[in-house]
Amino acid sequence: MHSFTTDAARSLPGPGWLAERRAAAAERFAAADPPTAAAEEWRYSAIADFDLAAYQLAGTDASLLPDGTWAGVDSAANGAVAAVLDVADGRIVASTGLEELSKQGVQVGPLADAADGAELLGSVADGAADYFTLLNDAFVGCPIVVDVPAGVAVDGVIAVRHYAGADRAATFPRLVVRVGPNGSAKVLDMQRSAGPALVVPVVELDVGQAARLGYVNLQQHDHRTTQIAAHTARVERDAALVAASVVLGGGYARTRTDTRLVGRGASGDLLSAYFGSGDQILDFRTYQDHAAPDTTSNLLYKGAVGDSARSVYTGLIRVRPNARGTNAFQTNRNLKLSEDAWAESVPNLEIENNDVRCSHASAVGPVDPDQVFYLESRGVPTPVAERLIVAGFFDEVIDGLPVRAVEDAAREALALKLNQMLKAAA
Amino acid sequence: MSTLVIEGLRASVAGREILTGVDLEVAAGEVHAVMGPNGSGKSTLAHVIAGRSGYDVLDGSVRLDGTELLGMPAWRRAEAGLFLAMQYPTEVPGVSLLNMLTESVCTPEGAAVAEQMRSEAGRIGLDEQFLQRPVNVDLSGGERKRNEALQLGVLKPAFAVIDELDSGLDVDALRLVAGRIEEATEHDGLGVLAITHYSRVFAHLRPDSVHVFAGGRIQESGGSELADELEAEGYERWTGAVPQPDSDAGATPFTDPFGDPFADLLT
Repeated sequence: MHSFTTDAARSLPGPGWLAERRAAAAERFAAADPPTAAAEEWRYSAIADFDLAAYQLAGTDASLLPDGTWAGVDSAANGAVAAVLDVADGRIVASTGLEELSKQGVQVGPLADAADGAELLGSVADGAADYFTLLNDAFVGCPIVVDVPAGVAVDGVIAVRHYAGADRAATFPRLVVRVGPNGSAKVLDMQRSAGPALVVPVVELDVGQAARLGYVNLQQHDHRTTQIAAHTARVERDAALVAASVVLGGGYARTRTDTRLVGRGASGDLLSAYFGSGDQILDFRTYQDHAAPDTTSNLLYKGAVGDSARSVYTGLIRVRPNARGTNAFQTNRNLKLSEDAWAESVPNLEIENNDVRCSHASAVGPVDPDQVFYLESRGVPTPVAERLIVAGFFDEVIDGLPVRAVEDAAREALALKLNQMLKAAA
Repeated sequence: MSTLVIEGLRASVAGREILTGVDLEVAAGEVHAVMGPNGSGKSTLAHVIAGRSGYDVLDGSVRLDGTELLGMPAWRRAEAGLFLAMQYPTEVPGVSLLNMLTESVCTPEGAAVAEQMRSEAGRIGLDEQFLQRPVNVDLSGGERKRNEALQLGVLKPAFAVIDELDSGLDVDALRLVAGRIEEATEHDGLGVLAITHYSRVFAHLRPDSVHVFAGGRIQESGGSELADELEAEGYERWTGAVPQPDSDAGATPFTDPFGDPFADLLT
C-alpha cells in the first residue's frame, strides 16, 4: 500500500481553500483506477513497472541544493534573467528579482498568496485531469504562480528551478503561468533531481488575448528518477504560445502536452529536443486541440536514442467542427544511434472540419551514412562525425527555443550527454 | 614526394564485380585523367579509393606514399593525405563548414581555419555568405563544386580524387575551380586523379596522362591526344572490345548506388 492518502494530503501546509482542494482531489484519487498499458494513452509506456508504494511524500525539510546544481544556467543566461525562484522538494528555498518584477505588477511566488489563487489553480489543467494530475492536485506542496498583468511585457526571463533531492521522495511541482491580454513573458522551467525519486509536475499556461508566452522546460533529472508530467496550455484569441522542452533526464520520463487553441487566430509552436541513453525511456504524448477558427499549431519534436534507450512519441491533432481555417502541422523525427535503441512514433489526426490544412510526418532511422562518409572523407573521425551530425540534427529545435538565453546551455547539455554516451560505447 | 599506387584492384557491389583489376600510378604534381563511359565503374573506383562503405574489395592494393589505404576508415585515409571531391556533395544539416574543417584531423591544431576559408572562397568566387551555412545545404550544384575546391584549398591534401569536376559548373566557374586545383598541383605538388566523362575540364586542368576506363579496368593509357580521340570517336573501340560488366545476359545494367542518377540522360 502506498502512503498517498487523504489524511496525508490534509497534513500539508497552506490556506484552507488549498487544504480543501487537496483533500477533495485525494478522495478522487483514492477512487481512481491506476492507468494500465492497455489504454491507448499509455501504450508503449513503462506504466506497468510503476509502483507508487516505492515513494513517500517529501518531508518538511527541503534538501540543500548541492553546489553547482544550476551551474551553466546562471552563466548562460547572464543578464537576460529577470527573476529566479528556486524550489527544492516542494518548498521555495531562494529567489532573486521578485521585488523588481512586482513593481511592474508581475507576481512570481507562492500561488497561495495570490488574491485569486483559488480560481487560478487548476483553471487550465482541470480540463485534462487524469490519475497523475489528481495526484498532483492532492499533494502539491507549494504551487508557484507567474502572473503577468494585461499589457505588461516582461523583458527578461523568469526562471523557476525545481530540485528533487530527497531519497525516494515524491514531489509534485505545480507551475501556473498567466499572461494577461496583450502581455508578454518568457518562462524557463528547469527540473533536476539527485537520485531515486518520483516527480509529478503539472504546468498550466494561460495565454490571454493577444498575449505572447515563450516557455521552455529543461529537464535534466537523474537517471534513477521517474517523472510523469502534464503540461497544459490554453491560448486565447490572437495570442501566441511557443512552448518547448529539452528532455535529457529521467529513467522513465513522460511528458503529456495539451495545447488548446480556444480563441480565433490563436497559435501554438511546440518544440522538443530529447535524447535518451543508457536504459532511459522517454515518453511524449501531445495534443494539438483546435477549438476556434483560424488557429495555427506547428509541432516539431526531434529525438535521439542510443544504448538501449527507448522513446515513444504519440501525437494527436484534433480539429473541432467550428475550427475552419485551421493550420496544423506535426513532425516527429528520431535518430536511432544503436542496434538496441528503440523509438516509436505514432502521429494521428482527427479532423471535423473540411476547411483546414493539416499534415503530419514521422521518421525513425539511423544517422545518415552518406553524411557520415562526407565528413569522414574530409578527415573527421567517425565518432566526431556522428557527434556533429546528431548535434546538428537538434539545431532546428534549439534555434527555435523562445528563450534565447538557454540555447547555449541546451546545446552544451546535449553535447555533454552525447559525448558521455559515445565515450562509454567506445 | 607523394605517389598513389593502385595495383590489381578488384571490387564488387552486392556480389557483382565492378572493378576487375585496376593498375595505376600517379606521382606528386601530376594530373591523371580517367575517362570512361557511363557504367564503366569510374565512380566506384573513386569511392573504393576513398573508403566508402557498401563495396567489397576482392583483391589488390591502394598505397599512398607506401601506406596501404585499403582497410582504413575513410577519415584515416584523409589523414594519410587523400581527398575526395565528390560528384554530388552530400548535404549535412546543422553542421557548419567551419565546424567540420576545424574537427578534421587534416587541420593543424590552432590553424586559422575561418581565415583560410575566406581566402579560398575569394580565389574560387564562392560568396562568403555560403561559409555560414550548414555544409552544402541549399547550395546549387555549382556552389557545391566550388565548396569542394574550397575545402581542398584549406585541407591541403597530398592527393585528390576528383569525381566529375565539371558537372554543375558553368564555364567561368569551371575555369576558377579547375585553375585552383591546377595551381595546387604546381605549388603544393598535389597529385590528381580526375574522373571525367567529358574532356572540357582539360582546358583548365591539363592532364599529364589520360586513361581509358572500360569494363572495370584501364584499357589504354596515353597523353592528352587520347582525350581528343575519345572526344571525336567515343568509347566504342574499347567498350566493343571488352565484355562490359553490365552486358551479362539477362542481368540488369549495373548502377553505382552513389552514382549519377541522371547519367543515362547525358549520353
